[in-house]
Amino acid sequence: MTDFDLQAIVDALPYLILSGLRFTLLLTFTSTVGGLLLGTLLAIARLYGGRLLAWPATVYVNLFRSLPLVLVIFLIYFILPYALQAVTGAERPIVLGAMGSAFITFILFEAAYFSEIIRAGVGSVGHGQYAAGSALGLRHGQVLRKVILPQAFRNMLPVLLTQVIVIFQETALVYVLSLTDFLGAATKIAQRDNRLVEMYMLVALVFFVISFTASRGVRALRARIGA
Amino acid sequence: MAYQWNWGVLFAPSPDGGHTYLQTLLDGLGVTVKTAALAWLIALAMGLVVGVARTLPYRKVQAATAVYVEVFRNIPLIVQMFLWYFVLPELLPTRAGDWIKQLPDASFYTAALAIGMYMSARIGEQLRAGIEALPKGQRNAGLALGLTLPQLYWHVLLPNALRTVLPTMTSDCLNTIKNTSVALTIGLAELTAQAHAMQEFSFQVFEAFLTATMAYLALNLIVIVVMRALEYKLRIPGRAVGGRAAKGGRA
Repeated sequence: MTDFDLQAIVDALPYLILSGLRFTLLLTFTSTVGGLLLGTLLAIARLYGGRLLAWPATVYVNLFRSLPLVLVIFLIYFILPYALQAVTGAERPIVLGAMGSAFITFILFEAAYFSEIIRAGVGSVGHGQYAAGSALGLRHGQVLRKVILPQAFRNMLPVLLTQVIVIFQETALVYVLSLTDFLGAATKIAQRDNRLVEMYMLVALVFFVISFTASRGVRALRARIGA
Repeated sequence: MAYQWNWGVLFAPSPDGGHTYLQTLLDGLGVTVKTAALAWLIALAMGLVVGVARTLPYRKVQAATAVYVEVFRNIPLIVQMFLWYFVLPELLPTRAGDWIKQLPDASFYTAALAIGMYMSARIGEQLRAGIEALPKGQRNAGLALGLTLPQLYWHVLLPNALRTVLPTMTSDCLNTIKNTSVALTIGLAELTAQAHAMQEFSFQVFEAFLTATMAYLALNLIVIVVMRALEYKLRIPGRAVGGRAAKGGRA
């Protein structure tokens, strides 16, 4: 058994936090915002889009939900350059780099999960609400924006926040693209200083504290809004 | 310079031995299925223990299993895998640690253990919810009839609760399969790893990953069909099985 070296952790902390954890949080935030936007569009397409829009949206959601995130990370990393080439008509494949690819992957992937949460949330709003809105003379889009979605978002808030915690944990998988997220940064230090034990235990502890605190917060919120 | 499609590459010899790329991918699929199967067994067994322990009328057992659940739920699977694979052997006495490191198929067993334990926390929580959702009268009636606690769980609570959580088990099983791909980080040659290796050697990115995608979709389909059949077979006529949509727990 190696001697546990606390000093190794202290020395590495600035790099781990300013480089690693910062990127992890940035990726979590971006995939949440981007995933929510795209996910809302997908949910609306499935709920109100008619067959022409609902079908592709359903295929999109089910496809992403059936595949392991690691596979999707590779898939987009390797295929996106060719896709961009085809779209822009460029001479050569357009390489985005690992970081850009990771952001795009997480937004596309999480949108599928968000859209399912949103669909369930919209379903939780009683049908009478829609009927009442229409009876008051609101147009379809107005009923959605002013009546259905505000209530739906309130109902699904706890589940949405839980999904953010899931995303926070899933971002660690960008390790496979050798990015410097929190786990990636810790791995680099671990290999340089031969401090695997200290680094990985620190990573586990930090993820645990943040996720545990956040999930307690979600639980309190759930109790408060009675959802 | 457009992409050169070449599905024939699947039948070209792969550099990892005397067989084709298709065989490489199929080998990966086999490892994925094997790992997921062992992980699923561990997850079911430990999940059953955790779910029951969480509902036992003993404060200390409840508290201990609550800690178990929180630990396995709040650390990313990849980090848990690294802890099992890289950290645990270092924390054990030198001889035990060396023995573990030299085990053949270490990444296979580590992956199955890590994924199994990770999923067991989720299955345990669902089972707990399933048991708690049963009417209080069931537990009381059982105890009033003089059943011991093990009898109460075996004959009354579990048969009911397990049927309730069966629909969520489908998504747990699918998640277990998907989670095996994380094990490529500890060197397990499963399907995603083999697809990655194939594109590295052959440069046929699309063929490699699309074939892997098809394989995952097929696996999903098989699990869904089998679980549906199981739900149908185990249903109690006249009793609607209330399945809540499962959330979370994937990688």
